[in-house]
Amino acid sequence: MALDKWIAVVFIVISVVYGYSAFTYPLLPFELNMSFLPNTMPMVLSVLGILFALIIILTPKPKADPEGEALGDISVSRLHEYKVGQALALIGAMILYALALRPIGFIGATTLFLVGTGWILGERKLHIMIPVALVGTGLIWFLVEQALGIFLRPLPWFLS
Amino acid sequence: MLEGILLGLQTALSVQNLLLVVAGCLIGTLIGMLPGLGPMSIIAIMIPVAINIGDPAAALILLAGVYYGAIFGGSTSSILINAPGVAGTVATSFDGYPMARQGKAGKALTIAAISSFAGGTVGAILLMGFAPALSSFALLFHSAEYFALMVVGLSAIAAFAGTGKVAKALMMTVIGLVLATVGESALFNAPRFTMGLLDLQSGFSFVTLAMALFALPEALYLVLDPKRGSTGGASTAIKELRVTREELRKIAPVVGRQSIQGFLIGVMPGAGATIASFLGYAVERNIAKGADQEEFGKGSIKGLAAPETANNAACTGSFVPLLTLGIPGSGTTAILLGALIALNVNPGPRLMIDNPSVFWAVIISMYIGNIVLLVLNLPLIPYIARLLTVPRNYLIPFILFFTMIGAYIGQNNATELLLLVGLGVCATILRFADFPLPPLLIGFILGGMMENNFARAVNLTDGVAFMYERPMTLTLLVIGLLLIFLPAYRRRRARDLQKGVAPGD
Repeated sequence: MALDKWIAVVFIVISVVYGYSAFTYPLLPFELNMSFLPNTMPMVLSVLGILFALIIILTPKPKADPEGEALGDISVSRLHEYKVGQALALIGAMILYALALRPIGFIGATTLFLVGTGWILGERKLHIMIPVALVGTGLIWFLVEQALGIFLRPLPWFLS
Repeated sequence: MLEGILLGLQTALSVQNLLLVVAGCLIGTLIGMLPGLGPMSIIAIMIPVAINIGDPAAALILLAGVYYGAIFGGSTSSILINAPGVAGTVATSFDGYPMARQGKAGKALTIAAISSFAGGTVGAILLMGFAPALSSFALLFHSAEYFALMVVGLSAIAAFAGTGKVAKALMMTVIGLVLATVGESALFNAPRFTMGLLDLQSGFSFVTLAMALFALPEALYLVLDPKRGSTGGASTAIKELRVTREELRKIAPVVGRQSIQGFLIGVMPGAGATIASFLGYAVERNIAKGADQEEFGKGSIKGLAAPETANNAACTGSFVPLLTLGIPGSGTTAILLGALIALNVNPGPRLMIDNPSVFWAVIISMYIGNIVLLVLNLPLIPYIARLLTVPRNYLIPFILFFTMIGAYIGQNNATELLLLVGLGVCATILRFADFPLPPLLIGFILGGMMENNFARAVNLTDGVAFMYERPMTLTLLVIGLLLIFLPAYRRRRARDLQKGVAPGD
């Protein structure tokens, strides 16, 4: 079965769970007499979701779209040619960055993130990468802090 | 109208706003040139900046400038390295890249800039005529009609999603509407579908969703497929920017036709710059005669001027439904709508009455933006094009970082980053399976408004009778239904015709 049909199956599951919580939505006593309820639209949406997902599963695969080809669009059939490992490592790095941003502080976390992701992508000239990352981080921090007036804690927790 | 234009001039010509137009165009061109980063990603990244400006007119001016700049930058990379950053500039590379290969890169860029300028300017003039007329008509609309209008908008977007993708687009729209119901419920504002998480009580952040849907998958694609972002080592030597008068005379009729056609296509919800540029290219190729037609695809200046004019005119056209009805016709205008709502401006027919300075300043800034692109960006292109040589090892980390910091400074919340990564991974998988993502974002943005209008209509008439009792609502809903079934019907017709069945059999 093609990937899009599997995704449609997942959508059916989501719609059913969503529909269940919509149909069993705890209404307040005074709401019972009203014509429009907080769960009116969700109920309709869950039914529509199941309907469209079934249509996706049941329709045969259409021919390739020439417009998409022109863009050199990405496709699952070439997945083995892609650098999946690198992409997964980058996603991991982003999660680590999200977790580290508060405790380590903006400057440290960002510099580490930029150098780390560069390293994952195959950059080995650290004597260039680290200064570039530091300057970039400093510049962005300055812009966000000074120009936009948004506070980003620059230093680790024990220093500020 | 004159009063409005003067008001717009007054707002748009302030020093701050002029600087914002220039900055927006430059930033847009710079980032739009990078392969794989389209206007949607760039605008999504710029939104926190725009929201922090605080003044809606200034914010919209900045974002519109970024939008034009990005389209222009996309054409530049299509011409120079045959790597269109945006679907809307794919048609540009058909003739632009061959011209660059023949050593006429400078000329190609100038023609692209002039055509974009003409398309954008004509589009802005038409917008000035269209928008007030449409919005005075839209003032007759009731909540019931608004609900129906949003149904039409959503189904039009699904209908234009492409062959065999209508069901997928509808599915994505539903998911967007579902995501919009998370948070607080319509009318009552009690928490709903938050799974008890306090972080979800205010709903999903629109900036996070936009980043996750557009910027992050593109960045991950650049990682997955190094060829996608490769500059191909093409010569980026740009010289001889001048065009002769003869060439200008040759492209003038093309530009004239395409600016009007492009604008009209752009006005339709769902059919944006991409369709306009492909259609413009096809139409001009069919109109051209003899040697001219032969030249298409081999470096014809007409073939370059047509999609460039059409896509810029369509970009301007797509502002018509946004500014007059408050319904976005494309992913990009959906993001702009989200930004406007965040800035406490309600786009719709009352925009012209409540915030005339926003409305007119945006239109005036379109002219200014076009002039900036022509006089400032064009001479700078040889220098800006050096950006194409930045190695991806440096480029990708910074793109990822900008995506994340954009989501972070909007909310100042690290949970938002985890949400961004999670949604981004889902979006990437969806793109792999060929699910169109703009309908999801448009559904998400329209979801709240649609539910509120529906609720109001239901409460006023005590039931759903308004759907068939109000003629205007009924008409709109029928149009919405027809739009959904139209592609299926046309496909069936095409199949029948292939089998040799005459229409009507």
